Amino acid sequence: MSQLLAVLIDGLIYASWLFIIAVGLTLIYGVMKILNIAHGSLYSLGAYAAASLAGYWFSQGYFDATVAHFGPGYEAIAIVASYGVMALAAVLVGLVAGPLIERGILRFMYGKDEIVLVLVTYALFLILEDMIKLVWGVDPYFLYQPYGLLGSFDIGDLTYPNYNLLLFAVAVIIGAVLAWVLARTRQGKILLAVIHDREMAAAQGINVGLVYFVTFTVGAMLGALGGALTAPMISVQPGIGAETIVLAFAVVVIGGLGSLPGAALAAILVGLVRAAAVHYRPELDLFSVYLVMAIVLIARPKGLFSTQEVRKI
Amino acid sequence: MSRDRTVNVLTVMLVVLLASGPFLPRWAMFLSTVSLCYGTVVLGMMLLMRTGLVSFGHGLYYCLGAYAAGTLQPFFGITEMSIMIGAAVAVTGAVSALLALLLRKYRDIFFAMLSLAFSMILYGLLVKTSALGSTDGFNVTAETLFGVRIAGTAYERYLIFAVTAFLAWICAMGMLRYLGSHRGRLAEAVRDNELRVEYMGASVANTIHVNYVVSAMLAGLGGSLMAISVGHIDPEMAYWTTSGEFVFITILAGTGNVLAPFLGAAIFETIRSFAYEYSPNTWQMALGITMLLVIMFLPGGLWSLFARTRKAG
Amino acid sequence: MRPLRALSRFTALALATVALAVPAAPALAQDSIRIGLVTFLSGPAAGPFGVPARLAAEAIVESLNAGKAPSPYNAKGFGGSPIELVVIDEAGGATKQVAEFRNLISRQNVDFVVGYISSGDCLAIAPVAEELKRLTVLFDCGTPRVFEEASYKYVFRTRAHATMDAVAGARYLLEQRPDLGAYAGINQNYAWGHDSWADWTAVMSVLKPEAKVTTSQMPKFGAGQYGAEISALMQSGPEVIHSSLWGGDLEAFMLQATPRGLFKRSGLVLVAGEPNLHRLVGNVPDGTIVGARGPHGVFAPKSTLNDWLRQIYQAKAGYAPNYPAYSVAQAFLGLKAAYEKARLEKVQKAIPMGANRNVKEEMEKAYGRPTTEEVIAAFEGLTFDGPSGKVMMKLGKGHQAVQGTAYGMTRTVGGEVRLENIKYYPVEQVQPPEGVNSLDWIKGGLKPGKW
Repeated sequence: MSQLLAVLIDGLIYASWLFIIAVGLTLIYGVMKILNIAHGSLYSLGAYAAASLAGYWFSQGYFDATVAHFGPGYEAIAIVASYGVMALAAVLVGLVAGPLIERGILRFMYGKDEIVLVLVTYALFLILEDMIKLVWGVDPYFLYQPYGLLGSFDIGDLTYPNYNLLLFAVAVIIGAVLAWVLARTRQGKILLAVIHDREMAAAQGINVGLVYFVTFTVGAMLGALGGALTAPMISVQPGIGAETIVLAFAVVVIGGLGSLPGAALAAILVGLVRAAAVHYRPELDLFSVYLVMAIVLIARPKGLFSTQEVRKI
Repeated sequence: MSRDRTVNVLTVMLVVLLASGPFLPRWAMFLSTVSLCYGTVVLGMMLLMRTGLVSFGHGLYYCLGAYAAGTLQPFFGITEMSIMIGAAVAVTGAVSALLALLLRKYRDIFFAMLSLAFSMILYGLLVKTSALGSTDGFNVTAETLFGVRIAGTAYERYLIFAVTAFLAWICAMGMLRYLGSHRGRLAEAVRDNELRVEYMGASVANTIHVNYVVSAMLAGLGGSLMAISVGHIDPEMAYWTTSGEFVFITILAGTGNVLAPFLGAAIFETIRSFAYEYSPNTWQMALGITMLLVIMFLPGGLWSLFARTRKAG
Repeated sequence: MRPLRALSRFTALALATVALAVPAAPALAQDSIRIGLVTFLSGPAAGPFGVPARLAAEAIVESLNAGKAPSPYNAKGFGGSPIELVVIDEAGGATKQVAEFRNLISRQNVDFVVGYISSGDCLAIAPVAEELKRLTVLFDCGTPRVFEEASYKYVFRTRAHATMDAVAGARYLLEQRPDLGAYAGINQNYAWGHDSWADWTAVMSVLKPEAKVTTSQMPKFGAGQYGAEISALMQSGPEVIHSSLWGGDLEAFMLQATPRGLFKRSGLVLVAGEPNLHRLVGNVPDGTIVGARGPHGVFAPKSTLNDWLRQIYQAKAGYAPNYPAYSVAQAFLGLKAAYEKARLEKVQKAIPMGANRNVKEEMEKAYGRPTTEEVIAAFEGLTFDGPSGKVMMKLGKGHQAVQGTAYGMTRTVGGEVRLENIKYYPVEQVQPPEGVNSLDWIKGGLKPGKW
């Protein structure tokens, strides 16, 4: 198999992952104008919750019990159930942490300068990182089973786990669903109204507070989902949020803050550039993302999809 | 606080610091030195923030200053403190004058993120440079001050402290004068309304350019002083968390007065240091909570404590 | 507002912050010896290194204070004085660590410092320890630069430096695969990854000059996603992959590489894999070559001291000690040996007391605590027993420990990763002699020195 094809596949897999971790960030920014550093902590929380909950599911033998219950030929049920447990962990994190953060802290901060809001979420990030440490300790957690459950496929001389296809599918589904909600549903129109002009929307009788609340909760859930889906590929340990958040930032800024198609395109761009760097010039991998970011911002000061051309989310 | 009074307070503080130095416990003297270094960097951040700009990449100049001072020894065998500091200011001045040509077109979050990209590229370059110790960095010693040998002497620490205090004093006095000057006053005008500034016949681009270079040189100076007083430098100084810390202190301190950055830096360092010692597992949380409290209850930063009492009295 | 009032408010605010914390400072127990322990409590190095080191240090101190350690360490505490630990987080980078080190010494007033896992921190701390004249034992960091670029009086390192990882690893690999033709590397893009790969390629170019490098991957520290790197490694087709990955990055790499069949095509050498081994069950292929920078952890030969450490650590942590636990044990036992030797020498010097005047004062002085300088004199060049065998302070003018090392191959048996085919390498085969820079020694053909 040619190296080029490998770059393409590796790049797209990485892009799917980047999009999943960045989409919640761009959604929250688009609606609330908050560049949420605490997104990194939500990612960690999702990973930890999934590792604990799904880890419990596997270690207690529920997986095997399900397989035994439905008999041979129906392993798919147990596999789907396993991924369901991971997704449940993410949803739970989103439903608990999202409202807590939004109602408990953020709502007192609305109207402050964008940079101050970044600092608020940075403070939240510091607090959550230590809270995670207090709850889960510093020992890494493992959840490796789901990565291998789906088997693998071969392309040329390379083998890829099918889990990577799952990542790709999830990225596409999240992107498509968000785009559909925004373009085709009543709720989406309300959201667009709030994005376009918050005060006018409020004057029209739209409950802006509720829109913020729901958006932040959904964003938090997406962040946690990113963590939950990543958990089977890594060892879940302190500090994973800090590494991820900068990448997600870069993707969101390259794409144009708050732009959904921008985030998708940026994820693909960064994914491909990084994969190409790894295959052809491994020593450039370290700053490939930042080089892309600098070049894109120099060429297009507000990112690929800036406000003037495309309405934000 | 009026300008004359600030001048008096500054001078009294310098005298108090210089006089009390020899009697301070070593840790307190070091804490003060570090606070003064941070304060010098934050003084520049304050100027930028008054211009309406927040940089998430000032670690670039902080690190560049430190490396400009530190590499004189391995490259040219120079260990004279005044030359080290001069080199730091010159190099950061030159680099920032170039980058400002580009950065002055950016505002808000885009300015912040493009600065971040540049500082991360420097980080990447330094990490790649094994000759300079990569992430381990290397040790820096200022052997002489104006030709007099200080390294290893009993008064080495005090002299470094005194030089730092003196330079910080000069910077604060200079900044005070600058803020009162025509161009200095333009900063806030630019922040509030760029169009109006242009109508008045002043150049927004020039104001931003000059202020950016000044703040970069202050960061470079702070970085070189930090390198000399800590005795070790590494690429971490350019990492985004370092820049985040500077923004953190700037918001914590407030931009009301040239004294504020030093006050903020001193308090930040003290909290961090004691939190490290008494709650080694939750020091980040302590910082995060402090930050949230300040943003919630003292939107003008700690400095507003002073401003408020003045109004009351 | 008058200037002085502003000033007083300024100082009051600063003082109040300090005052809030100061009264909480622990009262100095009169006769205990305070030791500052600096180790990672947060960040990625906490799990595999920092916390095991802390747990081991606490278990050791408890056991020493109770006088329950085996001979020759059975005296209570250090020479009868109980030990008190002050634990500090190593996270935050060199600048913060220098500040914290100064605080430890002048605010917490510790007598000795044992600490530092990160090489960057070790390099930064050493000159400060020298300036503050406080005996500091570096317990885990690996870079040979500490004592090869400078010499120190107050700084000791009780574990061997990292050169042996590559030297012994390459020797072991070539014994297993004498006709190795091509190898690749995957190392983190930071100082340790660079150094490890540079050492490795240097050793290979001496021991097996005809072997080719197919690719050198340098993912960034904490990258988490290794898909593209794994593809690149697979396509370049090396016989063996060298890796200095550790902790979470190592685990993530293994989790992602195993299902893709990378290790069906290429063998693997993990120079720092030992601390993670027990967690990698099912995800580490049989025949992986693993080292622990010294005969630590699973490599440690059976001895009374080793049994003691395994037992107290198991009781504290609930699992077997890994190599950072052995490193910290070496630091405490080395320091204790030096302290007690200094004390003994002092007493012995005082025994023939012919003169009858000032007997009381002389006796008190002789039986008092040894000074830092006396402990240093006893420490320099000392040979002492650690849980993994003899440790000799023979490099860096008697300040840097040397020890042999061991490598082995994994085999998973019954849900447990075991190491088989363990081979021990004596000091002269894996460490440069005094006065020779590590890389020069490797490039000069690895000539065994005299020990």
